[in-house]
Amino acid sequence: MRQVLIFLIGIWDFVVGDDWRTAVGVVVALGLTALISAAGGSAWWVMPVAVLGLLTLSVRRAAREASRRG
Amino acid sequence: MSGTEIGLAVSVFLACAVEAVEALTIVLAVGTTRSWSSTFAGVGAAVLALALIVVALGPALTSLPIDALRVLVGGLLLVFGLQWLRKAILRGAGLKAKHDELQTYREETEAARANGRHAGFDGYSFAIAFKGVLLEGLEVAFIVLTFGANQHDVALAGVAAAAAVFVVVAAGTAARAPLARVPENTMKLAVGVMLSSFGMFWGAEGAGARWPGGDAALLAIVPGVLLVALALVWALQRGTYTLPSQTSDDSAATETATART
Repeated sequence: MRQVLIFLIGIWDFVVGDDWRTAVGVVVALGLTALISAAGGSAWWVMPVAVLGLLTLSVRRAAREASRRG
Repeated sequence: MSGTEIGLAVSVFLACAVEAVEALTIVLAVGTTRSWSSTFAGVGAAVLALALIVVALGPALTSLPIDALRVLVGGLLLVFGLQWLRKAILRGAGLKAKHDELQTYREETEAARANGRHAGFDGYSFAIAFKGVLLEGLEVAFIVLTFGANQHDVALAGVAAAAAVFVVVAAGTAARAPLARVPENTMKLAVGVMLSSFGMFWGAEGAGARWPGGDAALLAIVPGVLLVALALVWALQRGTYTLPSQTSDDSAATETATART
C-alpha cells in the first residue's frame, strides 16, 4: 500500500510539478468547455483565455518566489 | 504528412534533443572518469526500461475512445507544457538559473572521482548512467506517448525521438565534450509552446468544442502562445510584475537575480 502511495505521489510530482493551482485551473477550464459545449454554445475560446490567465498567474507566483529568495 | 503530424514530430524531436543533451553530459562525465562498459550497460538498461514503458502504455492509451483520449491527453499535455513554459520564461527573464552543461559535467566528474575506482563491473557508473538517462528520458516517453497516442501514431513519435538521440549522440561523439553551446532554453521554450498549444487544442476538442477553421486554428494558437510567453519574459525583464506587497528588498533581489544572466 505504501509503495502504491509513493508511486502515485511520484506520478503527481512528475505531471503536476510544484504548481498544483495550474493543474486545477486546467481541469476547471476543460470542465467549463464541456459544459458550454453540451449546452450547445461555442466554447473554443475558454481554453485560450484560461491558458493566458493560468500562465500569467503561475509566472507571477514563481517570479515573486524567486525575488523573495534573492 | 499533415500539419499536426509535423507538429508532433517537431515537438518530440526538440523535447528529446534537449533531454538527450542533459543525459549525454552525465554519461560523458561518468564514462570518461570511471568505466565506459558499465556506463553503457546503465544507458542500455535505461533505454530498455523507457521502451517498455512506451510499449506497455501506448496500446492502453490508444484503446480509449477518441474524445476521452483527447481530454486526457490534452489536459496532461497542457499541465506539463505550462510547467516547461513557466520555467523557460523565468530563465529567459533571468529569474531562474540556466542549465550549464559544463558546470554539470564538472560536478558529475568530481563526484565520480570522489567515489573511487572499482575493478570489473562498476556499479556507480551503471547506477548514475541508468538514473540520468531514465529520469531525462521519462519526460520524452511521456511526450511520445501522449502526442503519439492522440495522433494514433506512436511510431512517428518514436522515430522523431530516436532521430533526436542520434543527432545528439553523433554531435557529442564528434565534440568529445558536453554540448554546452546548444540553445537549451530556446529549445525548452519552443517545446513548452508546442505542448501547451497542442494540449489546449486537443483538450478543447475532446471536451466538445469546435475550433474555428478546424486544424488550421493551430496556425493561430502556436504563435499566440509564443507571443504570450515572450510578452511575459519582456514584462518580467522590465519589472512590470512588481507586486503591491513587494518590499524594496524584494525589488533589489529581483534586480540581482536578473543581473546574473
